[in-house]
This record gives sequence, structure tokens and C-alpha cells, in this order.
Amino acid sequence: MAHTKISMAQALNQALRDAMAADESVVMFGEDVGALGGVFRITDGLTAEFGEKRCFDTPLAEAGIVGMAVGMAMNGMRPVVEMQFDAFGYPAFEQIVSHVAKMRNRTRGRVQLPMVIRIPYGGGIGGVEHHSDSSESYFAHTPGLTVVTPATVEDAYGLLRKAIEFPDPVVFMEPKKLYWAKEEVDLGESVPEIGRAVVRREGADATLIAYGPAVPVALEAAQVAAAEGRQLTVVDLRSVVPFDDETVCAAVRRTGRAVVVAEASGFASVSSEIVARVTEKCFHSLAAPVRRVTAFDIPFPPPKLEKYQLPSVDRILDAVDDLQWEDS
Amino acid sequence: MTTVEERLLPSAEPVCLIDQYGVPHDNPPYELPARETLLDGYTQLIKGRRFNEQASALVRQGRLAVYPSSFGQEACQIAATMVLREGDWLFPTYRDSVSIMSRGVDPIETLTLLRGDWHSGYDPYEHKVAPQSTPLATQLPHAVGVAHAARLKGEDTVVMALVGDGGTSEGDFHEALNFAAVFQAPVVFFIQNNEYAISVPLAKQSAAPSLAHKGIGYGVPGERADGNDLAGLLAVLGRAVEKARNGEGPQLIEAHTYRVQAHTNADDATRYREDAEVAPWLDRDPIDRLVKYLSENGGLDDAVRQRAEENAVRIAAQLRDGLMPEPEVEPAELFAYLYAEQTQQLREQAAFLRDELSREEA
Repeated sequence: MAHTKISMAQALNQALRDAMAADESVVMFGEDVGALGGVFRITDGLTAEFGEKRCFDTPLAEAGIVGMAVGMAMNGMRPVVEMQFDAFGYPAFEQIVSHVAKMRNRTRGRVQLPMVIRIPYGGGIGGVEHHSDSSESYFAHTPGLTVVTPATVEDAYGLLRKAIEFPDPVVFMEPKKLYWAKEEVDLGESVPEIGRAVVRREGADATLIAYGPAVPVALEAAQVAAAEGRQLTVVDLRSVVPFDDETVCAAVRRTGRAVVVAEASGFASVSSEIVARVTEKCFHSLAAPVRRVTAFDIPFPPPKLEKYQLPSVDRILDAVDDLQWEDS
Repeated sequence: MTTVEERLLPSAEPVCLIDQYGVPHDNPPYELPARETLLDGYTQLIKGRRFNEQASALVRQGRLAVYPSSFGQEACQIAATMVLREGDWLFPTYRDSVSIMSRGVDPIETLTLLRGDWHSGYDPYEHKVAPQSTPLATQLPHAVGVAHAARLKGEDTVVMALVGDGGTSEGDFHEALNFAAVFQAPVVFFIQNNEYAISVPLAKQSAAPSLAHKGIGYGVPGERADGNDLAGLLAVLGRAVEKARNGEGPQLIEAHTYRVQAHTNADDATRYREDAEVAPWLDRDPIDRLVKYLSENGGLDDAVRQRAEENAVRIAAQLRDGLMPEPEVEPAELFAYLYAEQTQQLREQAAFLRDELSREEA
């Protein structure tokens, strides 16, 4: 496939298109995913290309959408469903936590659920209340769910293809604010494995560990830090669950210092889990406590105030500065 | 003895007292509201329409983050509040700004959510208007709770709970109806069926004969009205409120109307519907028919028209003046309201932000 300049939204659309063409059992449904093509246009053109049996609108009921997907997955299909916005997925929480996550275990592995729950998430788009939540920690906390989130156009394509092929249910978190940024990519050239993180940038002084919407901010911070004489490694988790201890810990051991960057609130979150793991596994390699740059522990603010909530380059650089560079 | 069907099922056709040509029903199933009431309604409709137009204009100018317009649905919006008393409650959705404004809430405070400087701009207790709900149907069980509490306290409050056609598919809608019926809570569930949930037409939303039919499964009487006929809406909603107040339990009303404009300014309705579908609804406009009726049946003189126009001009100016300046936001507020007593962690985070901002200024 030739190099083309496309957005993450287009890459996700292409991944759905290719997955549906490759496997008849893949079906896509949710709210407004048919004629409209989804409010973010991720399903644009799928109904026209594959027909209403393969990509269709449902009544407006998230628990119903996820619950029906469970039944279809039990009966041989590979459903991909869309929760229109992060916070609009909460009505489906019981289905996800009590059934999607537990089906394999409760049936001693007899029933598999190869389904994908796509969730546009995070802020940075000026959304009003309930349109900008980072809900990944709820899902990551739930045993039985696989949770992935792309940070690049190429990963968006590759991870979604992998998620659809995956034997177990995947919560696929799509960072809304990265939907429209375009990159020159060769889709399918290098396909990420679910459960493997990637080092986006090498640097000897400290490691930034980020995922989803925080990755571009971490990379920008690393670039600024380099100009100021400090070389930072940036690890992009790609998968929150399964967690790639190996890649993360190797980077931290090499650099001896680490900052976790996440857009979600910090308390009892994915970011706190990362700090705990890194501290447990790399304690003797650490020259300073692992720091975090996260959102405040408050509901996601209204549009005019969201800039105060999102991790910024300055906050990351301040945290890096704080990593006890000199013995006092 | 009436049968269950007679008691609980809606009328065969939506109640319409003044048709789209301004002609009154010759054998009305409900009494036509008094002329003074209709004149008041007319004035409010003109104001509501101008509110919708001005808010949409302010979105185009970047003064509002988003505006889900109720253009064409103003009769529903106005009627929902005209039938309430001062002590009653209104539970609105994000599309019900005109209803909120018509209840007496300051128009700028009404639009705070959509401007984006806070999640809700008004004091819910001042006019007994709950915060606008963006997640669908989630406000309905709250409405039942407010109504049930009022009954427990011996108050004769009625709660007007608004929801759209799409919202009737959510579990919360069904749980709210069931609870309200079991506890005989004085709630009027008012569905504004505008035919669309963003892009999904009603035919793909529900296979019920009408949304008002959904009441029978819960033992809640259903009724339906032409959502563009203010007179019919006032009659039907008025009776429902009266029944709820008299201890007859919850009522379910469906208004048949139409979302003339896109879901919001961020939506492109041409992707899922033809203009030809919209056109007939413009002929059923709620204002035109009331103007025709009142002009021919007395009352709508130049003085009334002029007063209504002045009101409309005033509300438009109020929105422009109030929304044109960039709102002042106070970052410290982000931490101020989470708990009755702020936690140590939030105090630390507030101090962090304060320090960061003071360094930026320096």
C-alpha cells in the first residue's frame, strides 16, 4: 500500500472497511453509524458498501447495544459497536463489567466473545458536559477486558484490525482530539501487537510513559527537553491491558527516572497503576520517585476551562525537573 | 366502567384543536384554551422563536460552543411551562432551552452550558428547573424522585419531565415510568417526538403504534397531541397536570412535532434526510396557525403584535449583549463545588494550579 496522508478517523474507517471485507462475520452497529456514518464519521460509507445487515443503526440504548453484541458474539459473529461518546457509554457499564468481561471465565472458556466496543474518549475538543470523559480506568480495573488506545494514525488502523481479530472482547478507546490530525502513513506496514508498548523516542535521561491522547503531548515535551539539553525516552503503551511490563520497565531501568503522563484524573487510575508497577519492579534502578502528570481529580471541566485540566508540555517539563537531578 | 384500553391508551389521532390552516376543531375533544391564554402563548412563541434564531446566530459567530435548536418545536417548549404552577418542577433536556427560558430562568444563565463556561448556569431551586440533561432519559428517574418526595411531604407539586423520541429507548425511561406508576408519583412525562434522534428516524427507533402507547405496559395513561398546535398542547398537558395533581398518578404525553433544523450546528442533516421531507413541516409551523386563528377570531391586534415583537427584540438583544463578551472564568471554581467540605487533595491541586497560573503571569 502506498504512503498516503490520512487522519486517524480515516484510518479507523479503513480498518473497519478492510475487516468487514476480510471477514463476513464482522458487523458494525450503534447510534447514528448508518446513513450518518457516525457523529465522527468513523463508519462513513460502510452501510453503502456492505449493506444494512453489516452496518446498521440501533435504537438509542447503550445497554441494549452492548448486550445484543454479547449475544451475537455468542452466536458466531464478530460485532463491533460504537458508544457515541465516552460518558454515553455508562448506561452499558453493567453489560460490559458483569457480562462482557466475565463470559469466558464463568463458562470455563467455553464461550468466547470476540467483540469490540469502540469508545471515542477524552477532551480537547471543546465538548459540553458528558462529552470529554477519560473512562479507561473503569475498564482497565475490570478483569477480563482488554483495553487498547492508539496514539498515531498507523496504530489506529493496526490496533483496530487486531482488536477485531482478537478472540476476546476489546474496549477500543479512540482519542477524540487526535481524530483529525493527518499523518503520512503506510497502513498495515507495521502492525502493532495487542499487549505490546512501543518506544516512540529514545533518550538516556528520563522516561515519559504515556498512552492515547497524552502521547503527542509527551513527544512534544521530549522535543522541548532535548532543546534544553535533556534527553527523554517516550513510551507509548498502546495497550493498557494487557500491560507491557517488559518494555516499560526496560525503558525505566535504562533511564532511572520516569514520569507518567495521562489525560485522566490521577486518583485510583491507570496512571497510579503504572507508578505502582514501575516502583515495584524497578525500585533499585530509580534515582527519584516516579512522578505523574494527570488531570486534576475533578469532573471534566466545561470548554472554557478545559485547558487547565489537560496535561501540558510545561507540566511535563516541570515534573521532569522535579526528578531529583542533584543530591541535596 | 371504562376498559383498561379506554383508560390507558391514547386517542386514535393526536389531539389537534387548531389545525395547520388556523381552523378550529368543530367538535373538540378538549376545551379550547381561553383567548387570553392563547394570546399569552402567542407572545411567548414569538419570543421563543427569536431565542432559537439568535442562539443559532451566536453559534455561527463562535459565541456559543453548540446549540441544539428547538426551531419548530416552540409550541411544545412553551406549553410545557405554561401549564405549570410556581411550585411545580421542570426537568429539561439539552434541547429545551426555550422551555427553561419560558419558565423564567435568565436567558444567559439558560445558555451557560452551551456557551461552555459552566455545566449549568442557573440555580435549580430558584425557578424549580433541574439542570439540563445531556445523557438521554437520565433525568426522568430524578423527576420521579422529586415528585415522590413532594407527595411524602404533603405538597401538591407536579413534575414536568421532558424527553425526546430517542430517549424513550433508554432503560431509564422505562424504569422511570414504572417507578412513577408504582408510587403513583405526580409526574407528567412529556415526549417531544420530533422524528429524529440525531440521524435515526422514529421508524428505526420504535415499533410501537405511538410513543404514547408505551404507557399501558406500566399502567400509565397515554395521550398524544399535535406538537405544533399550542392550543391542543395546552389542553392536553393542562389536563395531565391536573390529573397528576389530583392524585391520579403519572401521565404520559407524546407531542408529534418535527426537528426542522439539524441536531445541532455540528450536524449535517443532508446526510440522512431529504429537504422534501422537511418542507411540509414548515407549513405546519406552530406560529403561523395560531396567528391565523387569532387574527380571525379576535384578539390579535396591532398592539399585541407590537408587544410580542418588542419582547422578541428585547430577548435577542439580551442574548447578544450577554453572550458577545468572552465569559470570565475562574479556574479556582474547578475545585470549589465537588464536596461540601473540600478534601486535602483538592486543596493541594487548587494550590498547584494557582501557583502555575501566577508563574505564567509573572
